[in-house]
Amino acid sequence: MTRRLLPLIIFFVLMAFLAQSLFDSDSELPSPLIGKSIPEFSLENLLTQEIHSEEDIIGEISLVNVWATWCVGCEIEHEFLVELSQDESIDLPIIGLNWKDDDQLAKLWLNHLGDPYSIVLKDPEGKTAIDFGVYGAPETFLIDSDGIIHFKHIGPLDREIFERDILPVVGELN
Amino acid sequence: MIPELGQIFLVAALASALLQFVGGISPLMRKIENIEPFIERITMFQTMSLLICFALLTTSFLQDDFSVLYVASNSNTALPIGYKFAAVWGGHEGSLLLWVLILSIWTLLLSKDNALKSSPELRIQSLSILGLISLGFLVFILYTSNPFERLFPIPLQGRGLNPLLQDPALVIHPPTLYAGYVGLAVPFSLAVSSLLTANNFEWAKHARSWTILSWMFLTGGIALGSWWAYYELGWGGWWFWDPVENASLMPWLIATALMHSLIVTEKRGLFNGFSTLLAITAFSLSLLGTFLVRSGVLISVHSFASDPQRGLFILVLLAFFSGSALMIYSLKQKKATQEKLHPLSRESLLLLNNVFLCASAGLVLIGTIYPLILEMLDLGKISVGPPYFNFVILFPFIPLLITIGVAVFSNWSHASKSLVKKIFPIIMIAILLSLLFPFIYGLASLMTMVGVILALWTILTGISPLIRNQFSINKSMVYMPMMLGHIGLGLMILGITVTSSYGITFDDSMGIEQSSNVGDYEFKLTEIGRRNGPNYLAQYASIEISKDGEYIETVYPEKRVYDSSTMGMTEAGIEANLFRDLFIAIGEDIGGGSWSMHLQYKPLLRLIWYGPIVMMMGGLIRVFLSKRSIGSYQ
Repeated sequence: MTRRLLPLIIFFVLMAFLAQSLFDSDSELPSPLIGKSIPEFSLENLLTQEIHSEEDIIGEISLVNVWATWCVGCEIEHEFLVELSQDESIDLPIIGLNWKDDDQLAKLWLNHLGDPYSIVLKDPEGKTAIDFGVYGAPETFLIDSDGIIHFKHIGPLDREIFERDILPVVGELN
Repeated sequence: MIPELGQIFLVAALASALLQFVGGISPLMRKIENIEPFIERITMFQTMSLLICFALLTTSFLQDDFSVLYVASNSNTALPIGYKFAAVWGGHEGSLLLWVLILSIWTLLLSKDNALKSSPELRIQSLSILGLISLGFLVFILYTSNPFERLFPIPLQGRGLNPLLQDPALVIHPPTLYAGYVGLAVPFSLAVSSLLTANNFEWAKHARSWTILSWMFLTGGIALGSWWAYYELGWGGWWFWDPVENASLMPWLIATALMHSLIVTEKRGLFNGFSTLLAITAFSLSLLGTFLVRSGVLISVHSFASDPQRGLFILVLLAFFSGSALMIYSLKQKKATQEKLHPLSRESLLLLNNVFLCASAGLVLIGTIYPLILEMLDLGKISVGPPYFNFVILFPFIPLLITIGVAVFSNWSHASKSLVKKIFPIIMIAILLSLLFPFIYGLASLMTMVGVILALWTILTGISPLIRNQFSINKSMVYMPMMLGHIGLGLMILGITVTSSYGITFDDSMGIEQSSNVGDYEFKLTEIGRRNGPNYLAQYASIEISKDGEYIETVYPEKRVYDSSTMGMTEAGIEANLFRDLFIAIGEDIGGGSWSMHLQYKPLLRLIWYGPIVMMMGGLIRVFLSKRSIGSYQ
């Protein structure tokens, strides 16, 4: 009897998840990485093939954005990232971390949709992304001039989230 | 007037669905003599009502009647007439109407199944369950998604059909896929009815052909969708592990398992519980697919404007149908008689492969709903994406492909004595043939070789009955469905492996009279121009393709902007034969008369779609051609 009830139990757990997802709420859990330094890495630049380490992105307040061409959420936030990179009033370089992606497709994507990034690092194996504690794409980190992570956003970034959660922190850091 | 008539027939269909349900379920009604002919007529009436509804909605589209909200949202006067037909199922309301129409057609066909008339209890019960499913969806349509709703004030022009859907393949893709999804309701209702009535394995005999038929439609629908994505989305990919693609793949995997499990249940009376569970799961996953597409809980290229109320309604339907089916299963399913299975008998190998198929579906399900689970824990919206799926799917699929070939040579209930002797030469031939691939295409990784060997192994073991019967088609006819199914799968795996390992993707900027080389092929841009389509403006390029200086073909990739939408659409230029696809899509104007171009060389890509066609032919033969002779397949 218990064995034959198993499908039913699995089914109702699944139902609970689906029901919950219909009425999702909006609060965020803090990431364990907040307040810590960004991990060390050595990654190739997608466009110039230079090798970069974490030293190259420390020094100014910046965003690190994890993206991939296969990620639909990334496509949604991309327009905003391009807008942000062109906004003269906000001086916030965006470092792209191209995660588990195909080089050619990634370049095509930047050609098609615009390139908001000051540096695009590629992480084809996803090892650095693991050090960053990335669950999936897109994710965006705010780091200060010492390379300390101050905020992490999971999911597509938009103006509302940026102005509510990121801009005030940038203001404080300045 | 027409929309109001539509409403009336929708209500008539609802009433007949209710009668169909009550007529079969109520013990009181069952005592009434001649309940069977009554139910038959009601089933016919329901189908007719829905056909009329559908015809009326189509009429509103052809008349550009923008006083109907659904027409105004999905069509306009400039839409070519062919697409006005397709627009009927281009949006949520119309596609649900198509869903119940197809369900009623399946129900009607089941009521005409002569073999099933020998089990009247099972027959009436399953028609009653199908009536209940239809009832649920008709209430859903009338309550939240009425396609005949009026709009006031009447707009002068409609919004137009989503440009993504304005494509010949997309005209037949949704109905084909729906026919597959909805067809799985038939084995579902037979399985549940069996639990409620005789509770033996008799249902398996009846469910098999219906399962194969729905499986064929699913196969065709998925392949069509993949083909469309390839030439229309402009990225040259053929499978994206998009949640909605996954939603169609999961029922396909389970339906494949069900098809095979039913053979054992029918022939040997074994795995009845497993087959029942698979039949329930397959249809539940169809409903889950409908939920994922229609509720908008997942971000996907297929997500249409969504409405949480609709999502909730489908979820309630899913919880009700699958929940009660599983409940009945847990209460009624008899304990299986403990029979010792020989590990190398056909039934054991089929069971093993069905477990691998279920594991594949499980892994796809986890990847698909993982973002939902994260979202539930308030971790935001994310995509899991191809890196996860491409990797994990190998774990069940490699052993699956190995076992498929062994199972072909196995016997019922005991191990074939000369199993090793039969298998060994085929493995050797597969390995020898696989060595050709590095010669033709260049060196490749170990995984590529494994993929090629497994594909060849599946094809060769699929052909083997023909060889054993001295190439007599007649004698091998009973094996034909299996042979074509396995050969088709092998061809598809071969296509996937070769195209992913040896394909070349390349981006270049090209000006007029400039060329770009991809592999051995030269693409030369000779002209860039504009042309007007019926309801769009296109920028086209003309590209001459040649190999070693020899001209092959000129292709015309396009970028279109439709009047009704600001979204640009890519129409790729493709030159294809059986052995390779050459693909070019126009990117952006990068100034100075140059354009960025996306170029691809994909060897054996066509096999990914030809394979499923071969598989479907196998199903077709099993269902239609020689039911009698194949019935004795052993």
